[in-house]
Amino acid sequence: MATPNSPLWEVFIRSRNGLAHKHVGSLHAADATLALQAARDIYTRRGEGLSIWVVPSSAITASDPSEKGMMFEPAESKIYRHPTFYDVPEEVGHM
Amino acid sequence: MTAASITVSETPLVLYVLRRADDALVLGHRLSEWCGHAPMMEEDMAMANMGLDLLGQARELYGYAAKVEGKDNDEDTLAYLRDVRQYRNLLLLEQPNGDFARTMVRQFFYAAFSDLYWRAMMASRDATLAAIAAKSEKESAYHLRHSSEWMVRLGDGTEESHRRAQLAVDDLWAFTGEMFAVDDSERGLIDAGIAIDPESLRTQWLATVARVIDEATLKLPANDWMQKGGRIGHHTEHLGHLLSELQSMQRTFPGATW
Repeated sequence: MATPNSPLWEVFIRSRNGLAHKHVGSLHAADATLALQAARDIYTRRGEGLSIWVVPSSAITASDPSEKGMMFEPAESKIYRHPTFYDVPEEVGHM
Repeated sequence: MTAASITVSETPLVLYVLRRADDALVLGHRLSEWCGHAPMMEEDMAMANMGLDLLGQARELYGYAAKVEGKDNDEDTLAYLRDVRQYRNLLLLEQPNGDFARTMVRQFFYAAFSDLYWRAMMASRDATLAAIAAKSEKESAYHLRHSSEWMVRLGDGTEESHRRAQLAVDDLWAFTGEMFAVDDSERGLIDAGIAIDPESLRTQWLATVARVIDEATLKLPANDWMQKGGRIGHHTEHLGHLLSELQSMQRTFPGATW
């Protein structure tokens, strides 16, 4: 139940052995401190994470779904950009 | 068919552990009453989480009390088959939820205490209590942080939230003194290094409470008359109703499991 006083926040969690914070969902909270606590209570109840970011949803600039042709289709025909034509040596590790 | 109440041999250590177990169970149950009713979904989860922390503490403490007593009782019979006069929790914790402000004030007063209490109890000479304390301390620290943040936002929020928070502070204040009371049965455990003297926590408790109340633009009540009785089973009228709900299943269907 959202009220005008509780804006939306996006929640990012870095898991125990994860390398980056991943978006896990959103929640309503009055301010950043409470958003962090709510994120802890909602998204880490089963030991999912060791680090939490919360970001005001209003701070996110999103691409327009109606422009997806212009935005993304040009990349689809450029198969040579995928690094699939050579083997990555094992010593390189995670890329 | 109903299940009769059990009797408990309350040696000083059994009584001491039961008192803390009852604290955790009763407050945990109060928080569970919010489940599905909180002002916002996020807080619904937060209160259920705190309730589950407390239920976990209660289970460990009841289990230990039963072990120390060494009779036929176990954590379930201690929780479900004692009558209201056999309950030993603080009066503060059985007070009804009221509005959200009242629930948070109650949580705040208790968490400000239990955070200090469990931290100090980590040095108990009783290894089991020290281990329970080490786990409970982290949980209590979070309960204190969460309730403190809400104290500030309710007190320093709108006129209405300020009014409700101040009313709850004024109404619940008289129940805070009981946290620091010690009777003869506990004195021996304190002398033996098994329990800690809660009086030693009072200054720091008051400092924490005063700081948060001040930040919340609320006022500490001036009265210092304190109500007590929970530790010897003299409860307010609210606990009987709480237990009738908490115990109804086991009283009606003794030994029921699922």
